[in-house]
Amino acid sequence: MTYLAKPKLLRADAPKNTLGYTRRDYEGAISTLCAGCGHDSISAAVVQACFDLDIEPHKVAKLSGIGCSSKTPDYFLGASHGFNTTHGRMPSVLTGAALANRDLIYMGVSGDGDSASIGIGQFAHAMRRGVNMTYIVENNGVYGLTKGQFSATADKGSKSKRGVVNNDTPIDLVALALQLGASYVARSFSGDKEQLIPLIKGALRHRGPAFIDVVSPCVTFNNHAGSTKSYDYVREHNDAVNRLDVILPRDQINTSYAPGELRRIVQHDGSILHLRKLDTDYDPSDRVGAMNHLQERHALGEIVTGLLYVDSSAEELHRHLNTVEKPLNQLGDAYLCPGSKALEALNAALR
Amino acid sequence: MSATQAIQSSNDFVIKFANVNGSGSASANELFARAIMRMGVPVAPRNIFPSNIQGMPTWYEMRVSGAGWLGRRGGCDLMVAMNPQTWDRDIAEIEPGGYLFYDSTKSLPRSRFREDITVLGIPLTEICNREYSDPRQRQLFKNIMYVGALTALLGMDFAVVEKLIADQYRGKDKLIGANVNALKLGYDHAQANLSCPIGLRVERSNGVGDQIFINGNDACGLGAVYGGATVAAWYPITPSTSVIESFGNYCRKYRTDPDNGMARYAIVQAEDELASIGMVIGAAWNGSRAFTATSGPGISLMQEFFGLAYFAEVPVVVFDVQRGGPSTGMPTRTQQSDLISCAYASHGDTKHVLLFPEDPYECFTLGAQAFDLAERLQTPVFVMLDLDIGMNDRLSRPFEWDDQRRYDRGKVMSAEQLDAGKTFGRYLDVDGDGIPWRTIPGTHPTKGAFFSRGTTRNAYAKYSEAGTDYIYNMERLRHKLETAKKLVPAPVVQRASQPSRFGAIYYGSTSPAMAEAFALLEAQGVHVDIMRVRGFPFADEVIEFIDEHDHVFVVEQNESGQLRMLLINEGEVDPKRLIRVLHYDGTPITAAFISGRIADALAKHKVTPIRKQVAS
Repeated sequence: MTYLAKPKLLRADAPKNTLGYTRRDYEGAISTLCAGCGHDSISAAVVQACFDLDIEPHKVAKLSGIGCSSKTPDYFLGASHGFNTTHGRMPSVLTGAALANRDLIYMGVSGDGDSASIGIGQFAHAMRRGVNMTYIVENNGVYGLTKGQFSATADKGSKSKRGVVNNDTPIDLVALALQLGASYVARSFSGDKEQLIPLIKGALRHRGPAFIDVVSPCVTFNNHAGSTKSYDYVREHNDAVNRLDVILPRDQINTSYAPGELRRIVQHDGSILHLRKLDTDYDPSDRVGAMNHLQERHALGEIVTGLLYVDSSAEELHRHLNTVEKPLNQLGDAYLCPGSKALEALNAALR
Repeated sequence: MSATQAIQSSNDFVIKFANVNGSGSASANELFARAIMRMGVPVAPRNIFPSNIQGMPTWYEMRVSGAGWLGRRGGCDLMVAMNPQTWDRDIAEIEPGGYLFYDSTKSLPRSRFREDITVLGIPLTEICNREYSDPRQRQLFKNIMYVGALTALLGMDFAVVEKLIADQYRGKDKLIGANVNALKLGYDHAQANLSCPIGLRVERSNGVGDQIFINGNDACGLGAVYGGATVAAWYPITPSTSVIESFGNYCRKYRTDPDNGMARYAIVQAEDELASIGMVIGAAWNGSRAFTATSGPGISLMQEFFGLAYFAEVPVVVFDVQRGGPSTGMPTRTQQSDLISCAYASHGDTKHVLLFPEDPYECFTLGAQAFDLAERLQTPVFVMLDLDIGMNDRLSRPFEWDDQRRYDRGKVMSAEQLDAGKTFGRYLDVDGDGIPWRTIPGTHPTKGAFFSRGTTRNAYAKYSEAGTDYIYNMERLRHKLETAKKLVPAPVVQRASQPSRFGAIYYGSTSPAMAEAFALLEAQGVHVDIMRVRGFPFADEVIEFIDEHDHVFVVEQNESGQLRMLLINEGEVDPKRLIRVLHYDGTPITAAFISGRIADALAKHKVTPIRKQVAS
């Protein structure tokens, strides 16, 4: 239960990052999700990614909506401020928070019900607006807290635990994000942390809207035969286009690659995305190509994963609004209030 | 004209302009109102417009009142009938003995006029067609031409209007000459062909003083700038849209960094009202002063989020420019009908702070104060204006600002305080006023972080379903709203000239009509104490005022008596002692309506005026 304090046991030899923090410093309260829930693996991946990137925990703001996935921000980054908002409305609250302080890292955590059903409008508009954020959808195709109803990402023809067949066309949030202007779009699987952790790291270092759809099986309601979001199904149909390594400016690059095997993308902050190609024809800078590839593979029942699209030169909302460099929430009275002289002049103009 | 006497009045009459929406008449009409004010005579203009962009009828009603009554009077002494679509009803609306000004280019049969009015025709179209070749010019200058003619008919000073045009188009000299020329065409034609001045006259006076002329929405936008708002998120909706436009305009003027031209503010047009209030909540949670502006339908859409802001204790400001409801209702008509949906917005047990500005001056002052109150109380604050104040230019006291004033950011714990070991429990009442301390994200590397949520929690913001934690929190919130009673602006009382067992309570845009009604009643020897409520939850004085009187009239512009409901509920007042005076047809309430209802009701209560009117 989350109101039980997590034991403060710490190994003396626990590795520290360059800030002197251990992984433990990036953890949160004890999860209340079911044992084996994919979401807990994603929380662990977030912890690892932040630890690896030397992020100061208090420089992250984590926001979520409502649902199993939206509970998880309580279970990582306990030293960060978090906001568990209303169902499907996290994107707007995150947008407002990002407007107030451009210096923090914003992490939005949502689910398939939260983002593809009730919150599809806010999901879409946050992407189009270019909000600087990492937006993770923990996608299991069902509503867990209300006991197993289909969500809008459930595949047509997939079966619920009780044998009901879903007849509705699924919404692919990755396809939507691509179309709506997200500048970093990835899909991963909660059962593949080797793939997931670098994708989160790349997103956290990206400027602009970064979206990661993480297929995250629901062990209680959607992990049976006939489900297309079960551990077994995803493992069998996972079609990764590339493998990512995130190289920070401080890192030494030791690995060597055969020509044509690697794609190197430098992000705005100097971090480097090393993409090892698994599908030699796949070009992650081609938005239209990415959309086509996704559709083709989906028609074959495959789940395309990896870093599907990235535009490292993308701009974000603050640039569009031309806001001052100093966070708006730190501007003092003198910068905000025009004072009595200006008001007298205005009065005169209104007579 | 028949035996009916033509109305004779100096500085006290109503002119109504009947126009076609989108014809450019609004700026000409406003020019005329300003010209009267330049002569020192108070004017209260009101736009009566349709939910339409072009083609539908629109009216501009202008009350000229040397005595300075700014409420709507009703009736019409001079109709400027420029819209053939509404001709019949416009003619019918003129007071007996009144005047009709019209475009006489096309002759109309006698049957289309009335016998008991003075008809003043000028062939505006004919003159325009002769003078101008461009169709748009013909349209726009026709408007200026009737302003010129009215200047002559009302015996006004031509030079005043001429100077006003020069001021208005300063820097665009070509336009000055062309407009003045059109003005003169109208003026000269009236002087030459009609008997000027008519019975209605504008005479120089000093009734305007140092007052300014501005609408409430602009004043709200300015108030938000002075109040330190840095984030505005909104969705377009009549009649609130211009609050944000005004905020944007004033920000560009006052909040652009002089060194690099960058913005010290952010304005986002959201995809709907849910997103706009969500952004405001996010920004306020993160330490910016943030607001939205909306109207009734937006308030309905924002309900769930208001509950979150109340329960998670996020200081947001909402300007609600009320219009006629329910549903889409009367989008371009005024009402005070969102009190209940704001006071108790959202499911569960909630209560919110409401402010009721009476005019643009208070839209500015209460608009700025709303941000201090929201942060002091860590709760949503609603500034409840309405279309009548919001969208009509109004004479108003000039704005004031004390440069010594500092924003009250409320209980925000700093990194230094956290390091000094100050206890931090996000929902802990350490000061006994129900208001907890908060931290802004990013404040401290290891201390003061918390997880905000709409679910129940204990005093340290940890998820809890324990009944004791829930009750602690709910009682603290109730206590906090008790604290709010002392912080919201106090009511304003005006006592009758003699002690009275009767009172009247009113708020917001009813103010000018109520002030005039008070004077009318006093003149009739009817004595009623009046109180203007400016905030909710009600200050103790509000309930005390009711207790002091046998009966209290509650004057409102809605159908169900929403303030009365709040008074009954919050003050535990006997409903029988609160008499409804309700006006809700979408037009602004008038002094005649209020004084009539109160006088009638008092007659039923067998109250004999102390001083009877002398028979004429």
